[in-house]
Amino acid sequence: PFYVITFCEGAFRANKLFRRLSVCVSVNADLESQFKAFREKAAAAMPGSDWSPIQVTKGLPPERADIVIVGGGVMGWSVAYWLKKKEKVRDGVRVLVVEKDPTYSQASSVLSCGGIRQQFSLKENILLSLASADFLKNINDHLGVVNEDPVDLQFNHSGYLFLASPDVAPIMEENYTIQRDLGAKVILLSPTQLKDRFPWINTDGIALASYGLENEGWFDPWTLLNAFRCKAMSMGVYQCFGEVTGFRCSSQKAETTDGDFVNIKRIKYVDVRMPNSLEYQPVECAVVVNAAGASSGKIADMLGIGHGPKQTMAGIPLPVEPRKRFVYVVHCPDGPGLECPFLIDYSGFYLRREGLGGNYITGMSPEETEEPDVSNLDVDHDFFHDKVWPLLCHRLPPFECLKVSGAWAGYYDYNTFDQNAIVGTHPLVNNMFFVTGFSGHGLQQSPAVGRAVVELILDGGFQTIDLSAFDFKRILYHEPILERNIV
Amino acid sequence: MAAPVLCQMRRRCPVVAYLSVVRREYASSPPSPPSLFSRFLFQLNQHFHDVEHLINWSSWLRNRVVRRKNVFYGYTQKRFGVNVAAAYYILGLGGGFRFAGHSDWFRPDSRGKFSYDFLNTPNSTIEEIDLSRTLINHAGLENIVSQNELRSLSLQGCPEVDDWFLARLHVFGESLQWLDLSHCPHITVGGLAALQHLRKLRRLDVSSLPRLQNPGLVRILLEEMLPHCEVIGADYEQGLILTDNVEEAEPVRHK
Repeated sequence: PFYVITFCEGAFRANKLFRRLSVCVSVNADLESQFKAFREKAAAAMPGSDWSPIQVTKGLPPERADIVIVGGGVMGWSVAYWLKKKEKVRDGVRVLVVEKDPTYSQASSVLSCGGIRQQFSLKENILLSLASADFLKNINDHLGVVNEDPVDLQFNHSGYLFLASPDVAPIMEENYTIQRDLGAKVILLSPTQLKDRFPWINTDGIALASYGLENEGWFDPWTLLNAFRCKAMSMGVYQCFGEVTGFRCSSQKAETTDGDFVNIKRIKYVDVRMPNSLEYQPVECAVVVNAAGASSGKIADMLGIGHGPKQTMAGIPLPVEPRKRFVYVVHCPDGPGLECPFLIDYSGFYLRREGLGGNYITGMSPEETEEPDVSNLDVDHDFFHDKVWPLLCHRLPPFECLKVSGAWAGYYDYNTFDQNAIVGTHPLVNNMFFVTGFSGHGLQQSPAVGRAVVELILDGGFQTIDLSAFDFKRILYHEPILERNIV
Repeated sequence: MAAPVLCQMRRRCPVVAYLSVVRREYASSPPSPPSLFSRFLFQLNQHFHDVEHLINWSSWLRNRVVRRKNVFYGYTQKRFGVNVAAAYYILGLGGGFRFAGHSDWFRPDSRGKFSYDFLNTPNSTIEEIDLSRTLINHAGLENIVSQNELRSLSLQGCPEVDDWFLARLHVFGESLQWLDLSHCPHITVGGLAALQHLRKLRRLDVSSLPRLQNPGLVRILLEEMLPHCEVIGADYEQGLILTDNVEEAEPVRHK
């Protein structure tokens, strides 16, 4: 019947055109082109052409999906890949990844410095980084696609070097014991050993240094994101470019042990709005994964998390907000060469080598009171001049003469509560899983966290690494788990 | 097998615009066009589940050989000691070694057979290892890390040696003096940066590493990183783009 309609319409149009043609038969030069136009229209009207009178918007997501992942960064695609890897039946789960920006111009994953380290103080963080390093070691076995080039992460195995002042040195020693117990290859260096190995460091005020020997360094984050994406899409994950504007939930009343009544929501539909348009598609889903990074707070807000009365579960919002961080590219002709590790000083600045031409990447986390404005990604060059360069010159004398050749800014999905990941469900929303709040170390933990979240979704509990310490409950109980090594 | 649904099997990776952040430029040689058979096989792979499974199995089988060669010799270590286990592993791979204090090398013959004389000296550690053209990879290094008096290691032409392997060589930091990495197809600058832990290194061979874009520059950087080490295999001019002016100046100098 559809083809009959188009055929009739086409025939009708052809008829109209023919009648018009017979009127202007005097214009000979135009006749050929008009006949041609008529033939093209007739061909388009025939069945088998791609013209249809019913306009279908390109890029709409499917109407129904089992698992919708909000956020197409490295974390979202890691979850999508592991979902397809661990599903027991082929095409057992239909996975949809929704990303609002097809150019990834403001995505934290691609604007990251790309470092991976095991030098944390929390056991879970160390295990996650170790597992991710193992994943990256065999990345072609995991993410290799038939007929595509092998994945080349451009991994630099230069290690991380943390410098500690006398008051922070005991914490560094405790962290070192924890890291060694869990299998991370780290050594401690005294100031003399540090000077012997890295003569270009000024060891004034340094009591201890901790240096990673293996599985530490930096790599290209875009390559990892693309590798996850290509592999996941080759396994059948749907991708949609659009923005999540709302959810439709069903709610049930439940009684707590204290006798209070709470509303437990269950997400039924995710509204995905198309870019530059008001058109939206409600996607019916069973599980939603919030991997939106810096915008995760907004997504949780849409569900009403944080809108209840204070002092209740519903009144505590998701404590993740975007924080802007600057990265400066400097060129220093006298700087260290291949031996330059990813250096992090106790005063807060970091520095790593970029390429072989004497270029370095540096930056610093600003104080809590001086957080830059997050409405845009403009770079504040005065911050480098006033805050970063003095510390850089003091610690590394060769960097007194340098030239800033570029800079960019990116967002951290900053967990204002304790700067650690939030992985798990919310007690008041049954089927939303949080994978956010990494505060700057999401990229290095993404393969292992993706696997852990998929174990939570598909198997009901963590199997390989236990991340129950990162559950949302700690925010409700006001029990922060603080990392004693924050960059 | 029943014919699968054709339209659902089509998987494509869309081309996405690249973001211009600070990145290295590297010139990759254009890949050779795939043969008719591989193109045909790829089309079948896109359309049929069975062909997809067969292709996955074949790549798994290809990796199986490397995995089997590099398995951890835990039982041998427990029963005979770490030195004997390392010796057995090296001979099993097809490489050769020399014990400290002895002058004769243990090697398998052309058919892969070797003598078990190394069992007689379980307490002598290995001083020199020749693993050229063997299938050693980063997992197999677990069998050799116990040899902390290793002075010389040759990895010429090993197809499975990559940057992660070099990152594990830090365990020989106090003893290794001679390292040969020539003709290894997977080594890049990122792995060579990990060699900074080998403070006793005196001779490093980096000839014919196909993934190094600027061998001359890398040689300079390696010599800066390891001041007592002699780096051979790369000329300073390799990787430099010679302009026309240099070629014109040449005859003038010769006069």
